[in-house]
Amino acid sequence: MVIIEDKLGLVRYNADVESHIKLDAAACRACPHHVCAIVCPAGCYTLSDDAEILLSYTGCLECGTCRVMCDHVEWDYPRGGCGVSYRFT
Amino acid sequence: MKDKYDVIVVGAGPAGITAAYLLAKAGLEVVVFERGEFPGEKNMFGGAFYGSMLNQIVPNYWEEAPLERFLTRKVVTFLSEDSCVSVDVKNRNFGHPPYNGFTVRRARFDRWYAQKAVEAGALLVTRTVVDDLLYRDGRVAGVRVRRDEGELWADVVIAADGVNSLLAQKAGLRRELNPTHVNLGIKEVIQLPQRTIEERFNLAGNEGLANEFVGGLEGNVHGGAFLYTNTDSLSVGIVAQLPSLQQNRSKIYDLLEGFKSHPMIHELVKDGVAKEYSAHLVPEAGLHMMPQLYTDGMLVVGDAAGFVLATGLYLEGVNYAMASGMAAAKTVQEAVARRDFGKSSLGRYKKLLEENGVLTDLRTFKRAPEFIGNPRLHTLYPRLACDLAESMFAVDGQPRPKLLPLARRKLRGQISMRQLLKDGLEAGRSLLW
Repeated sequence: MVIIEDKLGLVRYNADVESHIKLDAAACRACPHHVCAIVCPAGCYTLSDDAEILLSYTGCLECGTCRVMCDHVEWDYPRGGCGVSYRFT
Repeated sequence: MKDKYDVIVVGAGPAGITAAYLLAKAGLEVVVFERGEFPGEKNMFGGAFYGSMLNQIVPNYWEEAPLERFLTRKVVTFLSEDSCVSVDVKNRNFGHPPYNGFTVRRARFDRWYAQKAVEAGALLVTRTVVDDLLYRDGRVAGVRVRRDEGELWADVVIAADGVNSLLAQKAGLRRELNPTHVNLGIKEVIQLPQRTIEERFNLAGNEGLANEFVGGLEGNVHGGAFLYTNTDSLSVGIVAQLPSLQQNRSKIYDLLEGFKSHPMIHELVKDGVAKEYSAHLVPEAGLHMMPQLYTDGMLVVGDAAGFVLATGLYLEGVNYAMASGMAAAKTVQEAVARRDFGKSSLGRYKKLLEENGVLTDLRTFKRAPEFIGNPRLHTLYPRLACDLAESMFAVDGQPRPKLLPLARRKLRGQISMRQLLKDGLEAGRSLLW
């Protein structure tokens, strides 16, 4: 089982001070599947013990998978010059 | 900066820059907005693209573009748990001008390409997100940027903002992306010495390999893997269907690790040093996901329009992005001459996409997305192919069968002849005839 933080440690980021993705806590609590926690390739979403979704936006790779799979996530790009910065890809 | 330009291009990727470069060369005032620090920073793809369009835009591009390896070897591999069957095509001619395909690193290539547009006179504004479109008299007439609450006006806005294209959505040209419209791709760039790559993959000089893999993903997730050679690194990745990941509760990065540890693959990537990890969505549904391509004052190009040919055998996006950029540039030039940026004037774009092959190719392979969705393609058929090939090879003292009776024996209990024929017909209609 991969520790995703090890993969993200290879990636350069220009961290922004605020999250570019906003969740709807009530929707997360009521969600039957929490697919975000499965499909996010950066492991940004974790399901806490009390059925809350915790979002760690600083590792976001800005792919958009979460916005495709979830109707409730408020997704936007990070501010210009912020976020993931690929060098080798 | 001025208040108004002839053209605003949103996104400095291959589609946007192609349009910007050609329009700037034609003497128009073009501004390109890019949300990254530099063009290419936010871009990710498997690794290979085909240069025929680029050669029309920048003739003999290979003399100046930062390229990795020229693809002289193309392999398609069917993978089972512990064996594989491959079709391996080699052609050394593809290692000489005018070449065929090559690998690139987007942070280098896109940056070089955008610089061409700047040298031609386009204004490139980086670190700037375009948040919304501006309207005047009911038509798109500019953009609002997320910087000093800036507004900028233009005769035409070209949305080249990638697969997620928030602008195409805001303009009402397309709906929300559907989980079956896109696949998720992840990739690791693994550093290996140049010499090791050449020896391991049987390449000479700057020759390169593109290898696509069908089947073999753990949990029978629908998807495939890829391996491309760069100058001194490998691009190794997985592309998976989102509903399948959800159903299997599979983490795509676990699948990549599983792929890298596969006995056939481990030998190819061993001793390498992982340098980067990346993820991106790939438009997958071709014509079925195509938005409205234009409206009054606006055009949609590249991944934003879903212009990717994904048939399993062919995986091409960048050359279509460039072709659509060319078509957009020509459309805008003609619209400028007519001083008409309305819908019917910009409708020329669609006709040009027919003429230059983008729409024709997508139509030719319009059944491919459905065919790629066939679960047996990712599970049963790769396993059967490996099993059959292995049996043909094995000399075990038993009476040697001919191929068809052997195949029939393997298929018994696994799949009915009727289903096999149906699948065969679908494969034929999608890819073969």
